[in-house]
This record gives sequence, structure tokens and C-alpha cells, in this order.
Amino acid sequence: MAASAQDRRRGALRHRLAERGIDRTLLLLLPGLVFLVALFCYPFLYGLGLSFQPQRGGPFANYVTFFSDPYLRETVWITFKLGVPAALINVLASVPVALRTRHAFPGKRLITTLLVLPITLGTVLTAEGLLGYLGPNGWLNKFLLGIGVLDEPLELVHNYWGVLASLIITGFPFAYLLTLSYLTGIDPSLERAAATLGAGWWKRFRYVTLPLLVPGLAITFCLSFVLAFSVFPSAQLVGDPRGSTHVISIEAYYAAFQRYDYSMGSAIAMVMAVLMLAVVALVLAWRTTFYRGATGGKG
Amino acid sequence: MTQVTERPAPPPATGERHRRRFVGRPATWLAWALFAFFFVNLAGVIGVVVVNSFGTRWFTTWLPEGITTKWYGAAWREFGLSQVFLVTVEVSLLVVAISAVVGVPAAYVLARRSFPGKRLVMVLFLLPILVPPITYGIPLATVLYKFHLAGTLAGVVLANLVPSIPFVVLTMTPFIEQIDQKIESAARMSGAGTFAIFTRILAPLLVPGILAALILVLVRTVGMFELTFLTAGPDSQTLVVALYYAVFSAGIRTQQSIDAMAVLYTMSMVVLLVVALRFVNPTQLVTRIKEEGTNP
Repeated sequence: MAASAQDRRRGALRHRLAERGIDRTLLLLLPGLVFLVALFCYPFLYGLGLSFQPQRGGPFANYVTFFSDPYLRETVWITFKLGVPAALINVLASVPVALRTRHAFPGKRLITTLLVLPITLGTVLTAEGLLGYLGPNGWLNKFLLGIGVLDEPLELVHNYWGVLASLIITGFPFAYLLTLSYLTGIDPSLERAAATLGAGWWKRFRYVTLPLLVPGLAITFCLSFVLAFSVFPSAQLVGDPRGSTHVISIEAYYAAFQRYDYSMGSAIAMVMAVLMLAVVALVLAWRTTFYRGATGGKG
Repeated sequence: MTQVTERPAPPPATGERHRRRFVGRPATWLAWALFAFFFVNLAGVIGVVVVNSFGTRWFTTWLPEGITTKWYGAAWREFGLSQVFLVTVEVSLLVVAISAVVGVPAAYVLARRSFPGKRLVMVLFLLPILVPPITYGIPLATVLYKFHLAGTLAGVVLANLVPSIPFVVLTMTPFIEQIDQKIESAARMSGAGTFAIFTRILAPLLVPGILAALILVLVRTVGMFELTFLTAGPDSQTLVVALYYAVFSAGIRTQQSIDAMAVLYTMSMVVLLVVALRFVNPTQLVTRIKEEGTNP
């Protein structure tokens, strides 16, 4: 008698939980959550804690050091100076290219594959290629000197420009793929309707396609910026890692694994995470001021 | 009245087409100019490395003095590439398998259920993709060192799972949302349990989506530099990391054998990418595919 009442109560509880969407199916989520908590949240919080236990000084000593030393503070500015233009160029260049390649045309597969090809290059081949191609004896300078545009070779590697070029080569395919997929998600009949009403190509683009595309472009910008923000290998290989391309990720790596100051390394990693999330938040906030409404089914 | 309605009538179809194509030109020209600029410079960048990897000596001339294939053999021996390739294959396959087993069920729950705290879970799955790998890679490597996992194959696999599982979840969720829930309900009515629904109903329908997600995870893992770099030891380097070390500790190494190794890396990535594009329509990544049935 007592047992059956207990059963009924348990059944009722399960029923009430199921009404709120909690049942055994949710257990399927568990492995994923465990992995993320163990491998992402825990290390992150551990790193956060570690960053407040510096080798010398009070709990905030790492952060104070980072922001008071001009050589370290400068890395933030250098990173933004590389990451923002790279992400902007990639996103802006991908719009016309994606507009041109969104419809079916002969050779579309080939062109798309070629545009995505730089994903396969990897940092090292890109760096080696840039060093050879843009170097003082490289093909570009040879060509420009040969046709008489220049009197002396351009200095394009071991400085800012080499790293920017490397970021564009590796980042453009991602920006293009994302923009293309957002663009193909826009209902083409909307543009046709605008054309029927007499809108020219610019008006159709500016008042129909662009507002629908902006949310996607904002996400694309964020993801391109994530890529450009952690330019660690290319800043080392094609840049000037102790000077004009002394980006924040280099300093984080040096602190943690060259000087074995894990506390300082974690502190710089935390600064990076905060900066990154601030940029994402800014872009998403700007996006909501640009256009509110449906975007054809995607956020 | 008839005059008013007739005046804005469209011109003959051919004229309209012609006019539209003509005014559409600025965007087209811009796109072609960007294509040309991108490809010429890209060809230069790739060309330099490929030519150098086959060249004998190359200083300030347009092309090297002679052609040879010896650098490939040299690179293979010098950098122990058989071991490196083996590690790369092991790491990538393990990451792909584990992220599928863990990610697909999670994607199923997120696609089908609403429950308290779902937004929080979604944010948790988004964060590893939104922050650069190096930010969580440094604390993660520190933790892995603490548990003596860094420097081992297991450590590298664990680190690479962090972005891979969310990636599988995010790419799979729209695929699962497309499948009609009535099919599952019908199976349940006929007495199928959750496991049977997964293996006999959902898995066959999801094969294209799972394949797409897994191939992309494979490409990402083979190309993932930061996380592998931070967690790998001498015996657990994947090809990207070995390549980076080859350049950075250059010294006695010849430039040409490094270039040969870079070309080998790119060749294997190209094979993966071509396979991936064979199975994955790149535009499906964000868009929910509507023409699945009509366009196989």
C-alpha cells in the first residue's frame, strides 16, 4: 500500500518534470556537457584562478604588469591593428565574390574549390610562399621592377604587411564560405519582386539583399576576427615578432611556455578572451541597431 | 485609364534582360577583379614553394638552376614523417570518432527538446568556437600538464575535442531539425526504444549530415595548429606542428626540404578538401537545406 503510494508520487514527479521538458532523453546531452565542463570550463576557471596567483606581488600583479608595461600593453593595439583590417577586408571582399558565385553557372564547382583552396595551405606553406613571393628577390618585386613601376624593391615581409597578407590568404576562404551560405539562404524572389517594382541593381542590393545579409556578415566578421586575433604562427614566421607584429598571442605563449610563468600566461589569455568577447558583443549590438526582423529563417 | 495602366508596362523580355545585365556590371567587374587579384597572388605564393621544393639551387633568378626530387626523400627521412603521418591519422580519427559519438546525441537533444537552461547550454556550446583556441589552449595545456596528459597522444586528442564537439553539435542541429518528428513518433508507437530510434531511424536519415560534420572536423583537426602545438610532445606531433618546428628550429635544415614537407602537408589537405566538397555543399553549413529531396 505504502509502496504503491510512493510509486504514484514518483510517477507524478516524473510527469511534472516531463511537462517542463525534463526526461531521460536529456541524458543524451550529458556526455557532451561533461566534456565541455571538464575540458573547457574547468581549465578556463583554473586559468582565471591561476592568473590571480602571480609569482610575485598581490593578486592583481599580473594584470598590473601587463597594462603598465608599454611593451606588453602595446600588443593589444598591434593585435587589433592586424585583426580588424584583416577581418574587414575578408568580409567586404567576400560579398561581391559571393554575389557573383551564388547562382549556378558552368564551372561553379571549380571556382568554389579554387576559392576555398587556401584552407589547405596551412600557415607554414603560406609563410614560406609569402617570404619567397613578396621577398626582395621574389617574383612580385622582380615583376614590378621589370616593368619599371618601382626603382627599388618593396619591403613586404618581416613586417606588418606580410602578416596582413597571410591573414587575408588564410581568412578569406572562411569568410567567403560563410557569406555564400548566408547569401544563398536569402529568398531570391524578394530581389525579383524589387526588380519588378523597378529597383536597379544598387537599390536591390542596398535595400533588399544587404539588410538581410547584415546579420550573417556580423557573424562572419566575428569568426574572421577570431581567426585573425590568434595570429600566432604567421606573426612569428612572416612578421617581426619582437616589433611591429608583436601580437598578444605571442606574448601569452612566451609567458607560459618559454618563461614557464603559467600564471602570467593565463592572465594574458584571460585578457585575450575578454577582448574577444567584447568585440563579439559590440558587433552583435551594432547588428541589432542595423536591422530588426526576420532574415529568412536564420539568426 | 487604359493609357495610365499601359504606360508602366514592362518592355519586351529581351530588352529587360539586356538592360539588367548591363547595369549589373559594376558588381561583376569588381568580383572578377578580386578573383584575378586573389588568384594571381595565390598562384605566386604557392608557386614559389612548389618550385623551390623541386629546385636544386635558387638565389636571385626567376627559376632555380635545375630540377630534382631529392628534397622529398630528404624531408621524409629528416623529419621522421612516417611517424608524424601516423600520429596525424591516429589523432584525427580518434577526434572524429569521439566527437561523433558525443556530439550527435547532444545535437539531437538541442534540436528536439526545449528545457530549462537550454540557452545556457547553447552558449556553452558556442563559446569554444567564439574564443580563439589559444585563449583556452594555454589554461587547458596547464591543466593537462598537471594531470600528466600533456605531451601524450591522449592529451592532444582531448584538446582537439574542445572545438570539435561544439562544431559537430552546431552543424548537426539544423540537419536533425529537418527530419520530421512524426517518423520518430511512429517508431515509438510501434514499440521502438530510444536506442532503436537512433540506430534504425535517425542514423540512416542523418548519414549525409553526419558525414558532412565529420569530414569538416577531420579537416579542422588536421589543420589545427594552436591546440596541438600547446599540448603535443615530441612523439605526439601532428603534421602541422612538426612543420612549424621544422621551420622554427631551422638552422641546419635546408629550406627546400621544409618546402617539400609543406607541399606534402598541403597535398594531403587538398585530398581531404576535395573529398569534403564532394560530400558537403559548403552553403549547407549555415542554411537549412530545403532542397534536400529534390537535389541529391
